[in-house]
Amino acid sequence: MGKIPRSYLLRRLGIFFLTIWFAATIIFIIPRLAPGDPISAMVGDMTQAGGDVENSQAIIEGWRARFGLDKSLPEQYVRYLGNLLTLDFGYSINAFPTPVGEVIARALPWTLSLLLLAMVLTFAIGNFLGAILMWRYTPRLVKMFIPVTMVFTSIPSVLAALFLLYNFAYVLGWFPDANAYNVGEVVPGFNLAFIGSVIRHGTLPALAIILVSFGYWTLGMRGMMITVEGEDYMQLARAKGLAPFYVLYRYMIRNAILPQVTAFAITLGTLVSGQVLVEYVFQYPGMGKVIYEAILAQDFPVIQGASFFLITMTALAVLLVDLLYPYIDPRISAGGES
Amino acid sequence: MTTSQPPVDVAAVPPAPPEDAPRTMGRFNIWDTPWFNARLMTGVGIITAILLMGVVGQFFWDVGMATERDRTARFAPPVGFTNFRGEPGSWAHPLGTNNLGHDMLAVALVGAPNTFLIGFIAATIGLGVGIVLGFTGGFLGGWIDDFIRLISDVTLTIPALMVLIVLNSVLDRISITTMALIIAAFAWPRATRQIRSQVLTMRESGYVQMARLSGASTFGIMFKEMLPNLIPYLFASFIAGATGAILAAVGLETLGLGPQNVPTLGGTIYDAYRGSALSANFWWWWGIPTVLLAVMFVGLLLVNLGLDEIANPRLRGRK
Repeated sequence: MGKIPRSYLLRRLGIFFLTIWFAATIIFIIPRLAPGDPISAMVGDMTQAGGDVENSQAIIEGWRARFGLDKSLPEQYVRYLGNLLTLDFGYSINAFPTPVGEVIARALPWTLSLLLLAMVLTFAIGNFLGAILMWRYTPRLVKMFIPVTMVFTSIPSVLAALFLLYNFAYVLGWFPDANAYNVGEVVPGFNLAFIGSVIRHGTLPALAIILVSFGYWTLGMRGMMITVEGEDYMQLARAKGLAPFYVLYRYMIRNAILPQVTAFAITLGTLVSGQVLVEYVFQYPGMGKVIYEAILAQDFPVIQGASFFLITMTALAVLLVDLLYPYIDPRISAGGES
Repeated sequence: MTTSQPPVDVAAVPPAPPEDAPRTMGRFNIWDTPWFNARLMTGVGIITAILLMGVVGQFFWDVGMATERDRTARFAPPVGFTNFRGEPGSWAHPLGTNNLGHDMLAVALVGAPNTFLIGFIAATIGLGVGIVLGFTGGFLGGWIDDFIRLISDVTLTIPALMVLIVLNSVLDRISITTMALIIAAFAWPRATRQIRSQVLTMRESGYVQMARLSGASTFGIMFKEMLPNLIPYLFASFIAGATGAILAAVGLETLGLGPQNVPTLGGTIYDAYRGSALSANFWWWWGIPTVLLAVMFVGLLLVNLGLDEIANPRLRGRK
């Protein structure tokens, strides 16, 4: 860690842990602000659903003791933080004996792979279009067309997802409308049928995310390209008679793209939120669907666990980008005024 | 004969400015301001149109039909289309009805302003807090600045939607105002950071030094000298905040966590999604709120880009 000053590292780590502690505390406080406690509410729901529950008072007492709700608030808080450290979010109410951690673990691979894929493609497409937009050899028609596609950027991902789902899954029938693979027909594993099925099911969700977020990168790249275009070394490169495409790639894009990497940290929160909604629309078995089903079933432990987990994931990614950045761009000295 | 031209209405055509007129003359033309750029005007036009529709529309259309059940007309299609029962659309419900017979036109007329209201309240609060904290931090510096930076950095990292989901899932019944207030709790950090960085660059400029030398109070410098110079930024920050707030609101509503007693566009999408409107091809049920929201967001984007041009002269005249 020669390049990162210790003070910067400490500050970044401090923000990371503060973020997580802050999120955990909010999530702890919120349900306790509501009237009643979660257990009574749950038993109340059960009573409504299935008539009278026998010895409901005893059940409530038992559960309260089991979840530590009979303890004082500070004591509960300390226990709760301790449980979070071990990633113990309690049990799902909806699928009772299943721990929340297991529900999340099942959904996580789908969410992560979709997120990663969409992120990389968005970054590549967005930056490429932004570069092309300012390149002097780009055909005029293309330059006029790109800003039109940017309209999608302003649209929430749910809307794009609904639009794609309706047109390509229901009207045209080119893509499936739910799940991450053809459940029941292909066997999960490393085989062609499964991989093909996963790709077919993942195309629309990924497309929805890409459509609504590439424009952000295009705009940023365009701004950076304007700056790079004014640099002296660009004149030199052209005067040397280098091939236009070589100049575009080696002189312009490679210089302009660096600040875009920091923007990753800023967009990540939006990206994660957007993906949760896209997954819900496409019934993709990731975190979005978990959260949606938990909301429907009033399954608070799962809602809390999943939200906390996604917040932690985002904070961790932001921390990584911030710590890696000085290595990617040597011009930036870490710890400077932000 | 060859030179005959159609008569030109002289009054309608503004006289072309003389070629060699001094450049500075342009400043005296009130139309020659960056505020009149095409993007900003189009965006403002779109948003005004949607808002006007909601405000004026209730005088021409019975908006009570947005929540009133009409059992005789469930799943009625928009005019010019037929539904699965082969019924043609009628002018009684020009945009069709949903599963309960709610009139979609009324839903659109009531829902769109509601959505804007959430954005407006949240962005106003967010900007207000942002101005106070951004100025305080940027101008005073020291540990106050460190603290403000720290909490805004922390809040910025948290995907607001996640906390909002937890919060809204606990609350039983929420109103539009409650929802706006909850969203506002996450709208201030970005505004704070933007304003703070502007204040930092402005703090050392000549006129601020001048004001300081002439003995102006800190408060006076901040709000009488610096604030007016930030107006384009504040507008941009406000619109960005409103866009973010509406985005969060729509996200919550489509997850079924919005206000239940008033029709909202996102809530309509949620109902339609749960009512299998997509697979059953009741496209007007989910499509109308979707298109309306999309147009709204395009309008907000255009306003954002237009304000960017004002705040950032470098972008002017470039395509």
